[in-house]
Amino acid sequence: MADKEVTLMKGNEAIAHAAIRCGCDGYFGYPITPQSEVLETLAAEKPWETTGMVVLQAESEVASINMVYGGAATGKRVMTSSSSPGISLMQEGISYMAGAELPALIVNVSRGGPGLGTIQPSQADYFQTVKGGGHGDYRLITLAPASVQEMADFVDLAFELAFKYRNPAMILSDGAIGQMMEKVVLPPFKPRRTEEQIAKECPWATTGRIGMRKPNIITSLELRSEEMEQNNLRIQAKYRECEKNEVRYEDYMTADAEYLIVAFGSAARIAKKVIAIAREQGIKVGLLRPITLWPFPSKRIAELGKQVKGILSLEINAGQMVEDIRLAVECNVPVKWYGRLGGIIPEPEEVVEEIKKMTR
Amino acid sequence: MTHEIIISGFGGQGVLSMGKILAYSGLMEDKEVTWMPAYGPEQRGGTANVTVIVSDEPVSSPILSSYDTAIVLNQPSLEKFESKVKPGGTLIYDGYGINTPPTRKDIHVYRIDAMDKAAEMNMIKVFNMIILGGFLKVHPIVSIDGVLKALRKTLPERHHHLIPMNEEAIRLGMEIIKEM
Repeated sequence: MADKEVTLMKGNEAIAHAAIRCGCDGYFGYPITPQSEVLETLAAEKPWETTGMVVLQAESEVASINMVYGGAATGKRVMTSSSSPGISLMQEGISYMAGAELPALIVNVSRGGPGLGTIQPSQADYFQTVKGGGHGDYRLITLAPASVQEMADFVDLAFELAFKYRNPAMILSDGAIGQMMEKVVLPPFKPRRTEEQIAKECPWATTGRIGMRKPNIITSLELRSEEMEQNNLRIQAKYRECEKNEVRYEDYMTADAEYLIVAFGSAARIAKKVIAIAREQGIKVGLLRPITLWPFPSKRIAELGKQVKGILSLEINAGQMVEDIRLAVECNVPVKWYGRLGGIIPEPEEVVEEIKKMTR
Repeated sequence: MTHEIIISGFGGQGVLSMGKILAYSGLMEDKEVTWMPAYGPEQRGGTANVTVIVSDEPVSSPILSSYDTAIVLNQPSLEKFESKVKPGGTLIYDGYGINTPPTRKDIHVYRIDAMDKAAEMNMIKVFNMIILGGFLKVHPIVSIDGVLKALRKTLPERHHHLIPMNEEAIRLGMEIIKEM
């Protein structure tokens, strides 16, 4: 496939192709709907014969995430993908990686819960992703793609951020973005890093004690509380840096907006249609689409909060991000929620009705 | 131009692949396209539907409340989607799967007896392409050339000898579709 060729593929397939192209060293995963095409595409592409990337179907999600831990400890670009119940099984491993300061990519193509739930799209894993999910004071750098193109583009970006901050990063997608096909231009090929490059760029990694340097120990365990507090403070300082530098969002028709929708991922796509319909009816609506869910674009939302008469948080869940929006605007403007649950996706017309209610 | 289409029928009728070929054809003609399946525990004999959007502009929502065209291949699909065709829009149905025909007067209704014709001409494999031909007669949003290019692109090499049969099916569909 030529570098700039436009092709048509599913979001899940785009994740797999982008992983191979961005120099990913290893993928460890276990099949689950609606993300199985990630593993299937990797198996079909056989990157172990071309780039040398390892693709391994583990025996479980718990095994997958711990294989990721092991790979990440050696400074390799490693990843896994799953869907909601599988991601729940990985939470211990994710917390351990945050504690051990290991970079890795985890992709969640989420589905309706709680429990085994349904296989249809949902955004109900927002809390799990941005508030913790695993134990301890940690954060996940979270990117929320709204198109197949962004599924492809965010793989490399997530790895870059993960390595920059030595912290796991997540792509939080859903069944709609994972399953739909759209045009995509895949990123150009980037070779996998050599052992020498890894040793140089990741002096913390367990790359072998050449020249008998001080051993690198990868662990999240520290039984001395004074030391553990220092570890936590160091991690928190890193998070403050990340909040300062890495907030990403899309402003869409906000310049003259009197009402604002805040929505991410597939809900943001629905929001754009809602805006087209509402504007035809004379209601000036704009969209703020958080691209990073953590760090959250609180500052931009606060600015827009001063401009608009009301904010609608459109989410395919029971209202989770709405809490972060209210914190951002400090309740200076009414913030409503609208969404559907359990794998039902809100249709544009029903959201337009919600906007109209706000204008009354 | 933006054309929003729902294609719905039984699993195994080629609903998803017809949508995929239409989306690919749009891609071949430099249009923006989105293909969104109602994926699920669907199987042969169950229900299957797919939303295809072909546009000159970036596509917003892949989830829609109403459609420019609904192509329905069985009774449950007709019942589900007749009301969701935009006023002035198009409804295409295959007479074989429909016992109670559509009743709306504010839309253009077309009937295409593709299943009967496919059986008669021993072309069951390309039944969905007969339907696609009928649709393209009513709304030529992509050219036959675009469709053929898409087929060459999506079909594995070993199936390329079937492309003429697909072309024949498209042209047949264009002939047999009729407005009700």
